[in-house]
Amino acid sequence: MTERSVLRKNKISKRHRELLRAFVYIAPAAAIILVFRVLPIVAAFGVSFYYVMMGKIVGFAGFSQYLMLLSDSEFWNALLNTTYFVIGTVPVSLFLSLFVAVLLNQKIRALGLYRTIYFLPVVTSLVAVAIVWKWIFHPRLGLFNSFLEAIHLNPMMWLEEPRGIFAILASNVGIELPSWMAGPSLALVAITITNLWRGIGYNIVIFLAGLQSIPNEYYEAARIDGANRFQTFWKVTWPLISPTTFYVVIMTTIVSFQVFTLVYLMTGSPVGGPLGTTKVLVYYIFEKGFESGGDMGYASCVALVLFVIVLGLTLIQRRLIEHRVHYY
Amino acid sequence: MRLLRRVPIHIVLTIGAISMVLPFIWMVSTSLKTPQETFIPPDFFHLRPTWIPDRIVISNYVQAWSEVPFPRYFLNTIFIAICTVFGVLITSCLAAYAFAKFDFPGRDPIFIFFLSMMIVPQAVYLVPSFIILSKLGWVDTYLALIVPWLAQIFSIFLLRQQFRTIPNDYYDAALIDGCSRMGFLWRVLVPLSKPTLVTIGLFSLLGSWNTFIWPLIMTNSDKIRPIQVGLSYFAQEQGTEYGLMMAAATFCVAPIIIVYFIAQRQVIESYARSGIKG
Repeated sequence: MTERSVLRKNKISKRHRELLRAFVYIAPAAAIILVFRVLPIVAAFGVSFYYVMMGKIVGFAGFSQYLMLLSDSEFWNALLNTTYFVIGTVPVSLFLSLFVAVLLNQKIRALGLYRTIYFLPVVTSLVAVAIVWKWIFHPRLGLFNSFLEAIHLNPMMWLEEPRGIFAILASNVGIELPSWMAGPSLALVAITITNLWRGIGYNIVIFLAGLQSIPNEYYEAARIDGANRFQTFWKVTWPLISPTTFYVVIMTTIVSFQVFTLVYLMTGSPVGGPLGTTKVLVYYIFEKGFESGGDMGYASCVALVLFVIVLGLTLIQRRLIEHRVHYY
Repeated sequence: MRLLRRVPIHIVLTIGAISMVLPFIWMVSTSLKTPQETFIPPDFFHLRPTWIPDRIVISNYVQAWSEVPFPRYFLNTIFIAICTVFGVLITSCLAAYAFAKFDFPGRDPIFIFFLSMMIVPQAVYLVPSFIILSKLGWVDTYLALIVPWLAQIFSIFLLRQQFRTIPNDYYDAALIDGCSRMGFLWRVLVPLSKPTLVTIGLFSLLGSWNTFIWPLIMTNSDKIRPIQVGLSYFAQEQGTEYGLMMAAATFCVAPIIIVYFIAQRQVIESYARSGIKG
């Protein structure tokens, strides 16, 4: 054997050793990810092409279940409700959390205390949040209505109210809105309020971290140039915070699209009520797959639609961040 | 003058803070009321009996704690949380080490492939996971609640980022000095990465304490059931016993809130850091 071939052989076996070693280190995590993440995702695609009843495959469906989705009014209703929920959550959460974060960033006293309090609901379990807020929205005994009455507003039925919020507001001034303009039911609005309360602290903390990373010189320069507070905010803070804003918007949107627990626990008999106005996509998936007849193929179809929406939003986020966010 | 300008800011922030805290106060105050008092419509700006019960009772706690096996739910959750936290820390350290410091073919594609799995919503893999777990015979066992969560992609990602900040020179020097590769991980990388490990541990702990949908689907007996699922069933069965419901909710959130107050700095900074990076 020549010296060269020995060297080459050593090199190859060294590479093999390195690969083997890496394999040993990655194996525990990889095995779990493959079996409990990758495999189920692949299976979800697969099973969406089959008819399933009570968890048993009963026939090949091809794309027919996807076509069924198109004419499934319950699916469109769930998609509409979810969209209402997202649209109700994202802008309000963005506005409130940025507002609070800007106030907190004024080098105020007790910053830590405020931050701790605003963040408290984030670590609280959604189950407890749902139970407590269902009690708060109780039509007769709830805290929310007692507050409304104390400031001389009309109490509402909240979680038991299927009428749309715009319809209710318009009827207060004597206008009858057509049903497509009624908007999300007051029940869904109540769930949205709960979700805002629970999630705002997270966005505040993210915004605060973003605000604190803006160099002070920019503010000094703005001050020297005589900019007032609003000018400073719109010309300095807002553009410099844009990467954080994108992150907050997209993350809040993606998480809101997957709302389940609040609806599951705050509405009842049947879940998604009143009159199906709070039925959301993930609950529809749960209901199809586990509650009524175990139609897991169809449930997977709906789940994959949700996946496509989330994936689309993630790609948009990528795009926007790559193109817009190079300020400093 | 400067101080005076701050007053409106503090007023606004305090109103916000009060609305964050009031639901918790309302929860605790209801939990201390007699059933008769919970049926008095509250008067928002009156301290008694809305906020402070006329008669403070702890019977709701006693009854809720003994009516369904909450002690069992707590033990289940603590057991699941301990296993998950340690499991995640070990699998993440090993995998992140390989992805950060080893040089092997396919390293980056494999890592990116794992990362891309994070985008998939839980609703997509929920149904097939149930099928897989029932094929394994794991439904309604601790295995179903622990094993699938023993590896977390996001934790591997955070830790890999951290390990990469530690210079490769350390690695080469340690190997030349006769340190084993495993030894380098436990003696050099891990001690230098404590904040990230705390972050991962906290996320994992909060996650296993608060998780709901997964155990809701994967369990059907009291023996295995963790706290949140137990709480949800309890609340659904109570009908109008609001005192009992609020008592149960209070003792189910109390442990995590205590952990939060003790480690609030680490918790908030963990979220802030991982949010910006993710």
